Amino acid sequence: MSAIILFLAVLAVIAGWWLSQQRLMAKPWLEEGAVGDFPGGDAMTWPAAKVGLGVFLAVASALFVLFISAYSMRMSVVDWRPLPVPRLLWVNTGVLVVSSVALQWSYVAARRQDTESVMIGLLAGGASAVIFLAGQLLAWQRLGAAGYFVASNPANAFFYLLTAVHGLHLTGGLVALGRTSAKVWRGAEIAEMRLSVELCAIYWHFMLLVWLVLLGLLTGWTDDFVDICRRLLS
Amino acid sequence: MVDIPYEGIEGIPPAEVPDVELYHPRSWWTRYVFSQDAKVIAVQYSLTATAIGLVALVLSWLMRLQLGFPGTFSFIDANQYLQFITMHGMIMVIYLLTALFLGGFGNYLIPLMVGARDMVFPYVNMLSYWVYLLAVLVLASTFFVPGGPTGAGWTLYPPQAILSGTPGQDWGIVLMMSSLILFIIGFTMGGLNYVVTVLQARTRGMTLMRLPLTVWGIFTATVMALLAFPALFVASVMLLLDRLLGTSFFMPSLVEMGQLSKYGGGSPLLFQHLFWFFGHPEVYIVALPAFGIVSDLISTHARKNIFGYRMMVWAIVAIGALSFIVWAHHMYVSGMFPQFGYFFATTTLIIAIPTAIKVYNWVLTLWRGDIHLRVPMLFALGFIITFVNGGLTGLFLGNVVVDVPLSDTMFVVAHFHMVMGVAPIMVVLGAIYHWYPKVTGRMLNDTLGKFHFWVTFLGAYLIFFPMHYLGLLGVPRRYFELGDTSFIPSSAYSLNAFISVVALTVGFSQIVFLFNLAWSLFKGEASGGNPWRATTLEWQTPETPPGHGNWGKELPVVYRWAYDYSVPGAAEDFIPQNQPPRATQLVQGAAS
Ligand code: HEM
Ligand SMILES: [Cu+2]
Repeated sequence: MSAIILFLAVLAVIAGWWLSQQRLMAKPWLEEGAVGDFPGGDAMTWPAAKVGLGVFLAVASALFVLFISAYSMRMSVVDWRPLPVPRLLWVNTGVLVVSSVALQWSYVAARRQDTESVMIGLLAGGASAVIFLAGQLLAWQRLGAAGYFVASNPANAFFYLLTAVHGLHLTGGLVALGRTSAKVWRGAEIAEMRLSVELCAIYWHFMLLVWLVLLGLLTGWTDDFVDICRRLLS
Repeated sequence: MVDIPYEGIEGIPPAEVPDVELYHPRSWWTRYVFSQDAKVIAVQYSLTATAIGLVALVLSWLMRLQLGFPGTFSFIDANQYLQFITMHGMIMVIYLLTALFLGGFGNYLIPLMVGARDMVFPYVNMLSYWVYLLAVLVLASTFFVPGGPTGAGWTLYPPQAILSGTPGQDWGIVLMMSSLILFIIGFTMGGLNYVVTVLQARTRGMTLMRLPLTVWGIFTATVMALLAFPALFVASVMLLLDRLLGTSFFMPSLVEMGQLSKYGGGSPLLFQHLFWFFGHPEVYIVALPAFGIVSDLISTHARKNIFGYRMMVWAIVAIGALSFIVWAHHMYVSGMFPQFGYFFATTTLIIAIPTAIKVYNWVLTLWRGDIHLRVPMLFALGFIITFVNGGLTGLFLGNVVVDVPLSDTMFVVAHFHMVMGVAPIMVVLGAIYHWYPKVTGRMLNDTLGKFHFWVTFLGAYLIFFPMHYLGLLGVPRRYFELGDTSFIPSSAYSLNAFISVVALTVGFSQIVFLFNLAWSLFKGEASGGNPWRATTLEWQTPETPPGHGNWGKELPVVYRWAYDYSVPGAAEDFIPQNQPPRATQLVQGAAS
């Protein structure tokens, strides 16, 4: 459970920093008066959707970190046999990077009010995400063909589980991306769509980051790190 | 002392929300069924939670019948008893209390109290309710599937949860996991709304330190729930895979019905860590909204500002943070590394400090207040008493050496019913009496209300207080019957029968409450907009019940904190949050 505790500690620092900006030491019973009289404490200037996405990313991170915690605890039992990670995953990783870059490009284009590039970026990002998902399914199929079934070893089970959870989150993102693209396609004002495009891009970068962490875990790069964490706790 | 002119107050424009941003229902369906209005969603949440909660209540009667009169009721067998316990516990904790406090009260009160027109993502908010309803239906369906609901205990510990021998092994457990997963998805959608609405949709002047404590409680509880429920999600998904696909996340190798099972190597302890990483914060997810609401009830009905507002806020935040590092106090007897126990016992005792501060502050708020013993206030007082009682036994159980012999006895059942069963229910009831006039425009009947309070409060005490004693005698928890047990005196049996009689009486008397709810809806005395003469914004709406968009054309502007009761020198004994300071007025403290 050290991973999740670490993660919560980071969140706590962020929350603490934010709270420290909110005049929690104020004595509200003495502060009668209008808004401007007392600085600080107004709502953030960010749009609500962006804050909403931020909160959601925190929740999703908690979910993945908890999976990782479970992974690292289960890993220490003797029956764990790491599975050979299919080469295909590297290709998939490349595709996901492309997807992320495409959306970033789209966002930059949206800031330049360049409708055509926005559309191209969105489509390229969406298409490569779909390719990534297909690639993941193919990787599953290959593993299955090679005899690595879900139930035959906990390492396999975690492999399928983690990739599936990541894939489902990406699929959810594709729904949002699809809606955004459809609006742009039907000729919505780019200035209005900028926020949506930005949120999609942020989500994609997040999913890429999660994937890289998971990949590190599944390929065993992070074994040493996990090992250290485990020793810290026991 | 000095008169200072207040200029420019008139000049502050209230924020107007452009009409286009509001969602407008176009038909009866979108107004009352697939509504995106937080107030309607709140009522939907509350009714659904109450309905399934009544099922849990009936289950508790069945359990009590068996415990009080073992052998008398042939229609209850040992397996069913386990199923009743499990469903009762799970429904009460998650599908009733969590849904009611956050989905019900959260939806109704947050937008009104912070001065917003609605939640920030109304569509997602609507989805949240429908997913919750689906989760409830899936849960309820387990009563009708072959094998019935799971009997694994609300803690669902593997390996027994998914092995044959535990009732509901076929369908019950699978549907239970699915229902939990749905619940968490639905809750997350709602939770995002509650958090972001508090962060982003506060009206002008509503700084964080001017929020009513109800909002602080619900807000913090939501943040906690958003971070804690994923642990239950992870545990449910992995247990579901163990059950359906034969993986061994949690399942060790074992012999099942004389056969070596297909499982091997899994760690039941891992499940317990995940479960209680969610489970302990869950206690506070239910408690913090109750803390917040009770603070407001006490302050309003004692006509006195809340004592130590800042400390109350800090305590809520501190409890929220600390409750993530105490989970293993539920695992003292699990066989985990014993020295963990010291750490978790320490954190458990530390969390008692902010909790105690809150209790002191409630009592000090009451001290020399102008206490009006109306029904909401009675329930608030009932809460304080039961909560202190449950909190004190919690201090006992938090210590490893005390917990080990008491673990899995009726003492534990008494403790958690006091602290997270009766106490939050007291607040729920008090809050309903308090806000019903806002929701419906009519008062609940006072006489029926007082009757309801005394029967419920005294009855709950008579039910759960003797259970401490049973626990000390060694009566175990989750036992269908005691059989011939030498260390349990026969008086324990008569006590059990007594408890059961009271439990049935108290349960049936809730009819009075349900009747009151229904009757007052049509015949209740008209309440007007602000019957309790309260300061917070929800009582200042232009219409009661609040109309669509809550505030008419202009959003309210907030000039003061939520607790200006009995301000010396003021004309009335309350000053609403949106009342501007008078054009010339005494500097603060002039009269004190
Ligand atoms: C209406 C009055 C209630 C009565 C008469 C009642 C009675 C009972 C009884 C007899 C048990 C089983 C004890 C055993 O054999 O181990 C039980 C278990 C439980 N109750 Fe209640 N209860 C009530 C309300 C509540 C409420 C409001 C909650 C909400 C927190 C709650 C939460 C639980 C939990 C979590 C369990 C443990 C289930 C398990 O062991 O898996 N109960 N209750
Ligand atoms: Cu606990």
